[in-house]
Amino acid sequence: MAATQFSRGQSSAAAALSLGEVQTLGAPRGQTARLTLTLYVRAGFHVNSNKPNDDYLIPLRLTWDKGPLEPGEVEFPEPQLEKSGFSDKPLSVYSGTFHVVTAFRAPAEAMPGPAAITGKLRYQACNNRECLPPRTMDIRVPVEIR
Amino acid sequence: MRHIGTPSLAAPLVAIVALTIACSQSTSVEAAPRLTPEKERKPAPDFTLRDANGATVRLSDYRGKVVLLDFWATWCTPCQVEIPWFVEFEQSLKGKGFAVVGVSMDEDGWDVVRPYIRKRGINYRILLGDDHTAELYGGVEALPTTLLLDRNGRIAAVHKGLASDKDGFLHEITELLGARRAGTGSADGGNAILARAK
Repeated sequence: MAATQFSRGQSSAAAALSLGEVQTLGAPRGQTARLTLTLYVRAGFHVNSNKPNDDYLIPLRLTWDKGPLEPGEVEFPEPQLEKSGFSDKPLSVYSGTFHVVTAFRAPAEAMPGPAAITGKLRYQACNNRECLPPRTMDIRVPVEIR
Repeated sequence: MRHIGTPSLAAPLVAIVALTIACSQSTSVEAAPRLTPEKERKPAPDFTLRDANGATVRLSDYRGKVVLLDFWATWCTPCQVEIPWFVEFEQSLKGKGFAVVGVSMDEDGWDVVRPYIRKRGINYRILLGDDHTAELYGGVEALPTTLLLDRNGRIAAVHKGLASDKDGFLHEITELLGARRAGTGSADGGNAILARAK
């Protein structure tokens, strides 16, 4: 099986989507804290939404590693439906700035103090002429368990 | 091979091709072929990959043919526009010293590529690419990336991203196909090839 990331294309692909500043997430024990990630898509590009309109397209996917907090369901915004010359069906995409929210529950027995949660954001970007290879962005969020 | 830019035979051939297309497509603006001059062409790096039937294929196996080498992927929406063009080219020009070779850059391999070939009715050979192959061609930063190789396996044109139209490709292919015929003095130059392809 081929494993392709078009290695030299990493720089341009990585620049298609960037993550805004991540603030420390305050997480009271036994309660839920909502984490909002702000994402910026390079002008002229879009990334597929979490539910693209074609099985072959690569969805936006955020997964969290096992850590001190228990992640709930990831909430994606409503996608934009972009008509393209490529398909009869509009593309389900995100462009510009958008936010992805995850609710985390801090277990009542969690150790208070600083910690971190880590995850991966998988995305694939295109413009109206070309597509960049799929990429995975590592995400690290500092947490203060209280 | 004759230099395609040599004015004695190639220039009239190009003019005839342009005229043929202009007459058949009166509403569109036709782009002139933008082939690299023959003396400036670099050899296409050779590679060995497997096709959908498991056969080992070397790019150099195609030496002697004009080759359209397309780096693409199933998740690449602009690639979907070009694939039907390439199907047409393969169908109409296969017996004239021309071949389309698609190199899929899908990470998920044949599990996704084989069904896609069937779904899209792709009639040309598809190979499964890898990072090594991409690096040979400068990294292939975006898809589609399409190269036209002359009969000597040299890179005559590179198209990064979706080409503006099908006729642009056809012009270039026809010019490459017509080059040897023009050089040998055959009456069956690029204009006749183009007329049959359209």
